[in-house]
Amino acid sequence: MSLLEVRDMGISFGGLKAVDGVSFSVEAGQVFSIIGPNGAGKTTLFNLVTGIYRPSRGKVTLAGEDMTGLAPHLLVRRGMARTFQNLQIFFRMTAMENVMVGCNLSERTSFLADLLGLPSVGRQNQVTRDKAIALLERVGLAPLAHAPAGGLPYGALKRLEIARALGAGPKILLLDEPAAGCNAVETEAIDHLIADIAKAGVGVVLIEHDMKLVMKISDRVLVLAHGRPLAEGLPRVVRENPQVIAAYLGDHGSREADRAHG
Amino acid sequence: MGAKATLARVLRARFTPLIVLAALMVLVPMLAPSSFHLRVAALVWIFALAALGLTVLMGYAGQVSLGHAGFVGIGAYAVAIGPARLGLDPLLCLLLGAVLAGVIAYGVGRPILKLKGYYLAIATLGFGVIVALVLHSEAEITGGPDGMAVSRLSLFGWRVSGALNWYWVTSGALLIGALLALNIAASPTGRALRALHDSEVAAAGTGIDVGAKKLAAFVAAAVYGAVAGGLLAAMNGLITPEAASFSHSIELVAMVIIGGLGSVFGTVVGAAFLVVLPQMLTALQEYEQAVLGLLIMVFMIFLPQGIVPSIRAYILERLP
Repeated sequence: MSLLEVRDMGISFGGLKAVDGVSFSVEAGQVFSIIGPNGAGKTTLFNLVTGIYRPSRGKVTLAGEDMTGLAPHLLVRRGMARTFQNLQIFFRMTAMENVMVGCNLSERTSFLADLLGLPSVGRQNQVTRDKAIALLERVGLAPLAHAPAGGLPYGALKRLEIARALGAGPKILLLDEPAAGCNAVETEAIDHLIADIAKAGVGVVLIEHDMKLVMKISDRVLVLAHGRPLAEGLPRVVRENPQVIAAYLGDHGSREADRAHG
Repeated sequence: MGAKATLARVLRARFTPLIVLAALMVLVPMLAPSSFHLRVAALVWIFALAALGLTVLMGYAGQVSLGHAGFVGIGAYAVAIGPARLGLDPLLCLLLGAVLAGVIAYGVGRPILKLKGYYLAIATLGFGVIVALVLHSEAEITGGPDGMAVSRLSLFGWRVSGALNWYWVTSGALLIGALLALNIAASPTGRALRALHDSEVAAAGTGIDVGAKKLAAFVAAAVYGAVAGGLLAAMNGLITPEAASFSHSIELVAMVIIGGLGSVFGTVVGAAFLVVLPQMLTALQEYEQAVLGLLIMVFMIFLPQGIVPSIRAYILERLP
């Protein structure tokens, strides 16, 4: 049994099959990448798996437990965390507070204790702060802990989102284009971070356009086109699949590429 | 340098607003001992207490309510109706009013807090209108548009009367309310509310039950409003449906925005602005409303974050 299993996932928007019959499975410690041209349905697939959309068919199980259609906050509690393609940062909080919010599931104070400001709240805040600092160190943002998140550079925000997601202590982490808009140095940092997360035993599902990054760190790659699976397998096998090349470059482009390669 | 660093630390400290507020409460009777001044000050504390509910709901959690005065009205009429019609103790009615407001907020909040932004604003407005309408039309119980007399409040055998005594009772209530609001801000609940204010999707993505947290903020806000309403009724000895009116709801929203959204001390400053200023402007007679409106505009243009956060940020920027 795999850690994450997605079976025959599908959803239609007004007759358009945005995702149609997609299945894949991810093991603990594995980096599983989903690639495909723009509009292939990658983010929609993410939103189906993480409960933002309710699938019209298909099934998601995490460690054998059925997760299909659960609300996002319940999925996180069962071990599935994610980041967002268009950043979803708490911009009016500091970097550290963002990560502290990410640690909320491990917090044990009641609403009444919070209201009365009991000593347990102060102790809890300290524990959460320590945890947040450790996570910020892990993603290389500890020096910016007290900076307002709204003023951080893009690459830092991408890593901040990962640190916040790790705060929930997920078994599986879904990253939606973590390197989009990042320069080469920032991409390199994210590359190391993802490898580090997988090494710690977390299953990582990655949507990414940066092919260099994908080919370097993925254990397996799934290619989507028009909402349907086109190919799945080891990175180097997928890269040489003629259908995949055609999907990316178009038929004409792939013929050109063939000619160029002789 | 040392003094500047100390000032910066003081401005950032959690309980500074509470200490400044307590100092103000002690100073007012020394500087303005007339019962008129004390009565105005007590009104400021009561409106600030009601507005603190909106500080939690709008300032922390980012959920707009244009019907907050409805809960003020529920609290006020609980203290008016309970003793007069059912023979209950006024203090008990103050507590019952708070519980009733909380229960109603729970029931009303569950469906309407699914709405966002303007839609939530209009739904809460509708709630406020309904409360005001009921208080107007159920004349046999509420006295109708003319309102009804409220019997004296007694705290454990001590009958509260006189401007100074009411001043201290309302001061105590506001201090407790401010302390609780500051406690929430510095707790996991406060972080969750501020998080869902910025991004509900991301907050849910960290495991926060966004619906439950919004509902908790809405219920807390209702309880603040109802306690303030109960105190208002008991202090004035008379209550009319005006307490629950739409214009009163808008006034409460204006208080938290002028003072500074999300700022506890700002809420008190905003309440003082809208309670004291009209009293000072009465000399202008027919121009009073126009000048008040103009002043609100000028303050919002020059201090767009609200009075307290704008001044605080201005000072902190110039400190190390």
